[in-house]
Amino acid sequence: MELYNLTIHELHEKLKKKEASSLELTETFLKRIDAVDGKIKAFLTVTKEDAIKQAKEADKRLASGKDVTPLTGIPIAVKDIFCTKGILTTCASKILNNFVPPYDATVIKKLKDAGAVILGKNNMDEFAMGSSTENSAFFTTKNPWNVERVPGGSSGGSAASVAAGECAASIGTDTGGSIRQPASCCGVVGLKPTYGRVSRYGMIAFASSLDQAGPMTKDVTDSAIMLNAMAGCDPQDSTSIDAPVPDYTKALTKDVKGLKIGIPKEYFIQGLDKDIEKAVKEAIEILKKQGASVVDISLPHTDYAIAVYYLVATAEASSNLARFDGVKYGHRAKDAGGLMDMYCKTRDEGFGPEVKRRIMLGTYSLSAGYYDAYYKKASQVRTLIKRDFEDAFKKCDVILTPTAPTPAFKIGEKTADPLTMYLSDIFTISCNLAGIPGISIPCGFTKDNLPIGLQILGKPLDEETVLKTAYAYEQATDWHKRRAGV
Amino acid sequence: MAITKKDVEHAAKLARLALSQEETELYASQMAKILTHVEKLGTLDTKAVEPTSYTISPKTIFRKDEAKPSLPQDEILSNAPEKAKGCFKVTRIIE
Repeated sequence: MELYNLTIHELHEKLKKKEASSLELTETFLKRIDAVDGKIKAFLTVTKEDAIKQAKEADKRLASGKDVTPLTGIPIAVKDIFCTKGILTTCASKILNNFVPPYDATVIKKLKDAGAVILGKNNMDEFAMGSSTENSAFFTTKNPWNVERVPGGSSGGSAASVAAGECAASIGTDTGGSIRQPASCCGVVGLKPTYGRVSRYGMIAFASSLDQAGPMTKDVTDSAIMLNAMAGCDPQDSTSIDAPVPDYTKALTKDVKGLKIGIPKEYFIQGLDKDIEKAVKEAIEILKKQGASVVDISLPHTDYAIAVYYLVATAEASSNLARFDGVKYGHRAKDAGGLMDMYCKTRDEGFGPEVKRRIMLGTYSLSAGYYDAYYKKASQVRTLIKRDFEDAFKKCDVILTPTAPTPAFKIGEKTADPLTMYLSDIFTISCNLAGIPGISIPCGFTKDNLPIGLQILGKPLDEETVLKTAYAYEQATDWHKRRAGV
Repeated sequence: MAITKKDVEHAAKLARLALSQEETELYASQMAKILTHVEKLGTLDTKAVEPTSYTISPKTIFRKDEAKPSLPQDEILSNAPEKAKGCFKVTRIIE
């Protein structure tokens, strides 16, 4: 198999046995980016020189044998939402088209400290608002399995770059499904950790009570390796959780005997693609054969999740995005009449239509006279959604669902109607509202050869059981070994 | 849920967005549609339900109140659209 198709743990073995150097791996991926990214468009910025410098450093570290981690010398990509010191960070927005952060996000710092080599910054929906990368201010990323289809979003560039072999792994962020849905669309593994498991410092904020960073990888083992490096409490993020970080790779035992899997009836609904329903039901059977048992559960407030999400997330976004005012960084409108005019013109020129729509919705629902009816009401229903999961997890250890109701849709298919686009997040949103961890792993293909994602949700801070279940399924199947023919 | 052009203009002013005429009309109709979808929340009785804002952390994480070096001034100003004498520069706001 080509080097660029290998996983982190396979590449790590090659580095350890001195069958390849980090410089060779880095050059392989840079060549691969040169060869296919004109077609896939997964990168906004490729940091060739920095990557080669980091690879040479990693090779020194590998040669000394000191302080070598499973990520030392491994070339990865990162979503352009993470601040990277000295490297353009746009969040796929015109308002940040010239922003070069003076510091690294905590997650970036941790990955660099582990010795990972950063190849560049992935395309995304502007400010992570979208499910297809079509809201990027720059261009739309193509799905490596079928370039007429979207890669999902908002971390679509990250998912596509992993699926196309342009990096060993990437990191994304997930506010309502933005790691899991593109992972599902592109046939890769995407993990959203428990809210607070990974620091949000230096990650450009969309909806602060929902945003969480996580790995996007070729298999479950790589997901655990990446989470090991990313997780942990951070004094720079007061919402990060002060809990010990286990070695997540130790959870990969395949032992699911006695594991109770909850199947929520609300997720097998009309509108669910038939091929997806079949694949997910077969996945349940595979886990049953390995000794897991199945419990029927109900998450009765599922139907309200999208409504809650689009009030809570837009309200938080409207205040978070107030910082983009043309004063301290980013775009500033020319020829403005005064300060107020400068603010309004800067923001009108700098933000794309979806971002403006969400700022408007959030501002409206928070404005005088509407707060109780919208934001407060949504926050109360959020409590009910959270309680649904608390009740469900009294009966089961994990919950299995499809990640998305349809496979990757066609480019342009859902751009006309924002609400139709929002509904593609129907199975992923509740997880963020409840703050629990969730993963999407490949579980088959549709008749049209488009990847299907299986979602596994777990209890707060129980990423271990989520990963264990995912690993047991993965090792019993071959889906994760398939590569998109780019 | 009906949203008037005036509602949209008011929200745009609060959000500091200079929307065009077309944008104002488009957002009025799209916001109306989205807000109609969220009306279903009204069917739930939430009188006795506490709102949730943060889900997992039971408490705020405090750190020691220590003075630490911050980023150098020139680095902080490195992205400023306009700067003068170590400050961010904006248009005159006091006549």
